[in-house]
Amino acid sequence: MSYESLQTLWFILIAVLWIGFFFLEGFDFGVGMLLPFLGKKDVERRAIINTIGPVWDGNEVWLITAGGAMFAAFPHWYATMFSGFYLALFLLLIGLILRGISFEYRSKDSSPAWRHRFDWMIAVGSFLASFLLGAAFTNLARGVPINENMIYTGNLFTLLNPYGLIGGLTMVTVFLLHGANFLGLKLDGELRERVLQWSKKIYAAAAIVTTVLLIATYVYTDIASKLGIDPGATPIASYVALLVTILFINRKMEGWAFIMTSLHIVLTQVTFFMLMFPRLMISSTAPAYSLTIYNASSSQYTLTVMSIVALIFVPIVLAYQGWSYYMFRKRITAEKQHLVY
Amino acid sequence: MDPVTLSRWQFGLTTVYHFLFVPLTLGLGWFVAYMQTRYYQTRDESWRKLTKFWGKLFLINFAIGVVTGIVQEFQFGMNWSEYSRYVGDIFGAPLAIEALMAFFLESTFLGVWIFGEGRIPEKAHLASIWLVAIGSNLSALWILLANGWMQHPVGYVVNELTGRAELVDFLALAANPKGWLFFWHTIVSGFATASFLILGVSAYHLVRKQYVDLFKRSFQMAALVGLISSTLLFFSGHTNGQFMFETQPMKFAAIEAHWETSQPAEFSILTIGDLTGKREVWSIRMPYALSFLACNNFDCEVRGVYDIQDEYAARYGPGDYIPLMVVTYWTFRIMMTIGLFMILVSFLFLLATRKQYEDAKWMKWVPWVIPLPYMANTGGWVLTEMGRQPWIVHGLLTVEKAVSPNLTPLDLLISLIGYTVVYGSLASAMFYLMKKFAIAGPDATLHESVDVESEDGIGDALPIGAQD
Repeated sequence: MSYESLQTLWFILIAVLWIGFFFLEGFDFGVGMLLPFLGKKDVERRAIINTIGPVWDGNEVWLITAGGAMFAAFPHWYATMFSGFYLALFLLLIGLILRGISFEYRSKDSSPAWRHRFDWMIAVGSFLASFLLGAAFTNLARGVPINENMIYTGNLFTLLNPYGLIGGLTMVTVFLLHGANFLGLKLDGELRERVLQWSKKIYAAAAIVTTVLLIATYVYTDIASKLGIDPGATPIASYVALLVTILFINRKMEGWAFIMTSLHIVLTQVTFFMLMFPRLMISSTAPAYSLTIYNASSSQYTLTVMSIVALIFVPIVLAYQGWSYYMFRKRITAEKQHLVY
Repeated sequence: MDPVTLSRWQFGLTTVYHFLFVPLTLGLGWFVAYMQTRYYQTRDESWRKLTKFWGKLFLINFAIGVVTGIVQEFQFGMNWSEYSRYVGDIFGAPLAIEALMAFFLESTFLGVWIFGEGRIPEKAHLASIWLVAIGSNLSALWILLANGWMQHPVGYVVNELTGRAELVDFLALAANPKGWLFFWHTIVSGFATASFLILGVSAYHLVRKQYVDLFKRSFQMAALVGLISSTLLFFSGHTNGQFMFETQPMKFAAIEAHWETSQPAEFSILTIGDLTGKREVWSIRMPYALSFLACNNFDCEVRGVYDIQDEYAARYGPGDYIPLMVVTYWTFRIMMTIGLFMILVSFLFLLATRKQYEDAKWMKWVPWVIPLPYMANTGGWVLTEMGRQPWIVHGLLTVEKAVSPNLTPLDLLISLIGYTVVYGSLASAMFYLMKKFAIAGPDATLHESVDVESEDGIGDALPIGAQD
């Protein structure tokens, strides 16, 4: 393969990893944020956690792999973004740590205070992670100050501009909806009814915030004038998918509602990566300082080696992760005898 | 404090902390997989109880290893962006492969193992714990190949045009003897760490005459594996040292406080340096021994710190190429002394298991062996990493030039304090749970997972141990 097509291939692969991460971990984050509000009794909270219990850790590896792939394929992207978004990523890591440890530790002690604390850590960690990722990605679309040496020259507050904040809020509400739809699909009995009530309220918030983000995107970014690849109807399809979710929620068709939020998340991310291509990070200092797949990539040799590795292992990973979802496909009820974990 | 020092402290603290949990994950996974296999083959209920009991401790430990591992992958870019740019072409590959080959495997099948019992075919459940053990050990391989490259760079050229190191031979990287020696040493240290934990916890229960059959079985198994792995640690460590002598002579000399080139060379039993850690004040030395350690020959020449400093200054330009010797010297001696002591005690334990041993007076002291491997593991990594100073990649890039240029001391103080606080709380929660479940014994772990409702909502009222 030519150098350019390898660089393009790796752009696509990393996009796929991020998209897979947002689609999968999106509902994990949503479930996590809903946990203390939705679960009134301990057994209900256990049931809610068990909907994602077997899979959340594997889902999180999509993020780790995305980071590793950025490092291997586009070291400058990895270096500039990770050092530039330093404090935001630090808080993201704290959020992921609090959440991850809580899934494992919350049931290992019987004191109510212990469990309360870890349940809230799951919620706060999931919220932090969703918000910061939303803020980070909207800032990538908007452009951030990067100098001629590919070094980020802003700070944390550069990212906390109105557009970034709207992006963070959007990701939070969309993940909440995605999580609620997933719970509707996985839970049974009274909890399932309760989830539906929540879904309706969350839907309204998600639809409003997403609409604001859409408008803000035209105001704050150059994507209307400077298309990477013309995304065509993709953003429209994404928006429609979000809007029609309510029809399925009202009809108690949680499966379809979940498919719609999944489509929304995937198509939004697809739009994002199409608009960015071939740019990886837009410099707001000067367009010439932007990182692209051409000036930020590894050598042709490394990209070739990594392509072979990916060709072998990606299908294997997809196969066994798919298998694990298939194995745990049953609905979960909040009854003690069914919750042996 | 300057950004380099702060970033180094942060990397040191987060990495040492992460590696407190890793060896136990690496080693205990195999034990649990073996126990479950024995249950599958024999249908002996004791094996099931053992699987559950040690499996519970495995999970409590595993969780911290996982969440602190994400920090490890991110902080190359976050704190060491210039390093990431310079070596990303090479170093990124093993990291990405680690995620793709190992992290997915261990994480996915850990979830399957925790939640799968009774829901998936028993064979698949058994296979999943083996895949977890294989996955975590595979991840050790790739991260150690990455680290091995930093100690002994191979398969690369420096591209003058882009100003960075580029990979030209992936197989050289994957077959780097440095990485494989590290891997070999780390894997056996995993077995040793797990063995000593099992020995300590088992002795605790045997002294109290609880679950005698279960813990005798554990104790005997761990004594045998402990002896084998401690002995292998000695040999793999020795091989590591000899390879270090060839590839990183400065580190070797610094570890031994070997100032002047000599032939044959004496081994320092005790050396006191001055406050800078770079000048000797007083020492006791054993003739010929260092030559033997370096090259299995009592008469070979071992170059001294001063000599190598001169050579490096001539080759790489003026500068201080001597690592902080007080650290390398003492961490090595801590590691080696403990390692030798571990061989001795595990040998004595194994000998004792040939007769009646569970009532012996010394048994009540056995739990104190648990910290030994932890101290040795930490000592080993501190010497490996600090012995490479001032280099981040030996001979190619110094730590000073590797740090992220955009970070302010405030950024770094926030993250350093933040990690310390969060990691500290995690450690106390983890230590509390480990102790609780280790002391509660196998019956508690069999029932722990069922949530029992109390009258007033969240939480269950039954204490652990009262549930059977």
